[in-house]
Amino acid sequence: MSEQAKNNQKMVIKLLVIVVGMFGFGFALVPLYDVFCDLTGINGKTANSAAVYTPIEIDESRTISVEFITRTNTGMPWEFRAETTRVKVHPGELSTVNFYVRNPANKQIVAQAIPSVSPGVAALYLNKTECFCFNQQPLLAGEEASMPMQFYVDPQLPDDISFFTVQYTLFDVTGKGDKLAVKENPYLREQPESGI
Amino acid sequence: MAHSSDTIAPEHTGAHEHDDHHDHHIPSGIKRWLYTTNHKDIGTLYLWFAFIMFLIGGAMAMVIRLELFQPGLQIVDPNFFNQMTTVHGLIMVFGAVMPAFTGLANWLVPMMIGAPDMALPRMNNWSFWILPGAFLILLASLFMEGGGPSFGWTFYAPLSTTYSGDSTALFVFSVHIMGASSIMGAINVIVTIFNMRAPGMTWMKMPLFVWTWLITAFLLIAVMPVLAGAVTMVLTDKFFGTSFFNAAGGGDPVMFQHIFWFFGHPEVYIMILPAFGIISQIVPTFSRKKLFGYASMVYATASIALLSFVVWAHHMFTTGMPVAAEMFFMFATMLISVPTGVKVFNWVATMWRGSMTFEVPMLFAVAFIVLFTIGGLSGLMLAITPVDFQYHDTYFVVAHFHYVLVTGAIFSIMAAVYYWLPKWTGKMFDITLAKWHFWCSLISVNVLFFPMHFVGLAGMPRRIPDYALQFADFNKWISLGGFAFGLSQLIFLALLIKACRKQGEPVSSQVWEGAEGLEWEIPSPAPYHTFETPPVIK
Repeated sequence: MSEQAKNNQKMVIKLLVIVVGMFGFGFALVPLYDVFCDLTGINGKTANSAAVYTPIEIDESRTISVEFITRTNTGMPWEFRAETTRVKVHPGELSTVNFYVRNPANKQIVAQAIPSVSPGVAALYLNKTECFCFNQQPLLAGEEASMPMQFYVDPQLPDDISFFTVQYTLFDVTGKGDKLAVKENPYLREQPESGI
Repeated sequence: MAHSSDTIAPEHTGAHEHDDHHDHHIPSGIKRWLYTTNHKDIGTLYLWFAFIMFLIGGAMAMVIRLELFQPGLQIVDPNFFNQMTTVHGLIMVFGAVMPAFTGLANWLVPMMIGAPDMALPRMNNWSFWILPGAFLILLASLFMEGGGPSFGWTFYAPLSTTYSGDSTALFVFSVHIMGASSIMGAINVIVTIFNMRAPGMTWMKMPLFVWTWLITAFLLIAVMPVLAGAVTMVLTDKFFGTSFFNAAGGGDPVMFQHIFWFFGHPEVYIMILPAFGIISQIVPTFSRKKLFGYASMVYATASIALLSFVVWAHHMFTTGMPVAAEMFFMFATMLISVPTGVKVFNWVATMWRGSMTFEVPMLFAVAFIVLFTIGGLSGLMLAITPVDFQYHDTYFVVAHFHYVLVTGAIFSIMAAVYYWLPKWTGKMFDITLAKWHFWCSLISVNVLFFPMHFVGLAGMPRRIPDYALQFADFNKWISLGGFAFGLSQLIFLALLIKACRKQGEPVSSQVWEGAEGLEWEIPSPAPYHTFETPPVIK
């Protein structure tokens, strides 16, 4: 091999390393994006697992309004609404809101709720000790449930925020779940006696 | 017609197999083009391929303008309209502009740096010949059940993952192949420029076209793999149950836009930096002066390339980013106008007090400088976050990027073809036809794109097959301009066919009075093999 060809080959190998590296970087953007959003809270995602409530001083000087919005994704037939659409809480105070769901379809459907907080930065200070959104929720045909969400607002919440909105979107994930821990929804409401 | 070794039209050789060849190294007929590893042949193939794609993508634009000629739905159904906007964009970006620049690089880079050929001729052959397959796959998808891709060339999730047809798989594979082709082409350009320069061709003696292409090639190898990653994620989200962009599975559809535009914004500069190089070659020739501020041109190009990596989210101002991020991307974007302004200033300063003449390449170059600057200014308007909320996804954006891509990139490619065509064929092209082509294109392209600013500011959304009645008059004019611009390109086709048939006055090796550079020191037409012994660099 001539000197020239050797040099060319060396250079090609170096450039191919860049190409492969950038292909990997494209995929690395996925976890990087999540980490970046977790740290900065800029896309309004809340934590996926329960926070532990350690009794802290309740800041009674501030009152925060938290509003709940519900929607279902395209093609998801469930009825879904917050039983309380707005609560006023002091930072540090534990509060519970229930969400009503009913499956009007004639088959079992598994749902996954995805939260989104606006303004996004408030997501960092919304601590959920219990949430139906941590797990997938199955309902048989006609079943209904009242699903709780228990939370407290971190007293560190920036002073300029006195109001934020939490939106839950229900997605139909039937047949796609691997996180499904229970066959029956733990929050099921009493079924009417008569067989429908 | 005996010198088919020198013709630049691939279809000619098939028809002239019985001609006797003076150069016995070249196989005849279709095999010559299939097996060729010659940088000039491959450059010719790329340029013809790009031109054919330009006509096909242009025909799709004609369908779009026909539908928008009048308000209401009359010619095509909305799904087909969406396929037209999508495939028009994909073909023009990946099929017309990028291969045309690669073709020019193939023809010119070795001649400009005094190299006998590209560094990796066999790979060069492959990087061209996988392209027709890629576009055949993409075009074939239009005829499938459910139609081709209809989610816009930006293929945002969930449009491409949830609401798209099965032909999305074909779209993904064709983008993979286009990307592979671009990466191979870019590697070839980099290795050629690093390793094959003639002795004495130092970095800061390289012509600007070579410099801009070198920087473009680095952009290509940096971002085309990211595009490949993005389409792969779309593929697995759609067909294999992953959730990169699906919120139900823990993904995020907004992340698609981040990944896409991390590729997409450098891509924009991939389509304009070689144009800057071309204009920097042509303006000095017809001003009969040295290029003003050579070094600043090189540094400006490099800084544009670096900045292009930190401005992507200006395409996403309305996705709900925090104010701090919007501020950052706004100012970073505006910063790009500094090096770009340096370039425009240098071109104007080169012309200043020059002994200017207006041959056809210069006409296109001057039109480029004026019209590209208009496109740049509307880009500066779009960079301002608060006003972008109004302009986002309107025809104002369409006007902006067509000014920088059609009267920018495409005009520069036409300027380049007119500038170097006599060197390639050895004959002067038909100047009358060329002037008709220029003036018809110049007038019609402005009738076509300028009113788009107005309808955009008034709120007409892009990618919609119908519009409010108030936009009817403007759209009529835009469509008429579009048809005229489309027809004007047939003049170009006629001119190119004449040129490839070797009609016209023979030209000297210098061709243009003020031209300087190694490519003008070899005979016209450029022999099949050049600089087998390296030239002496003064």
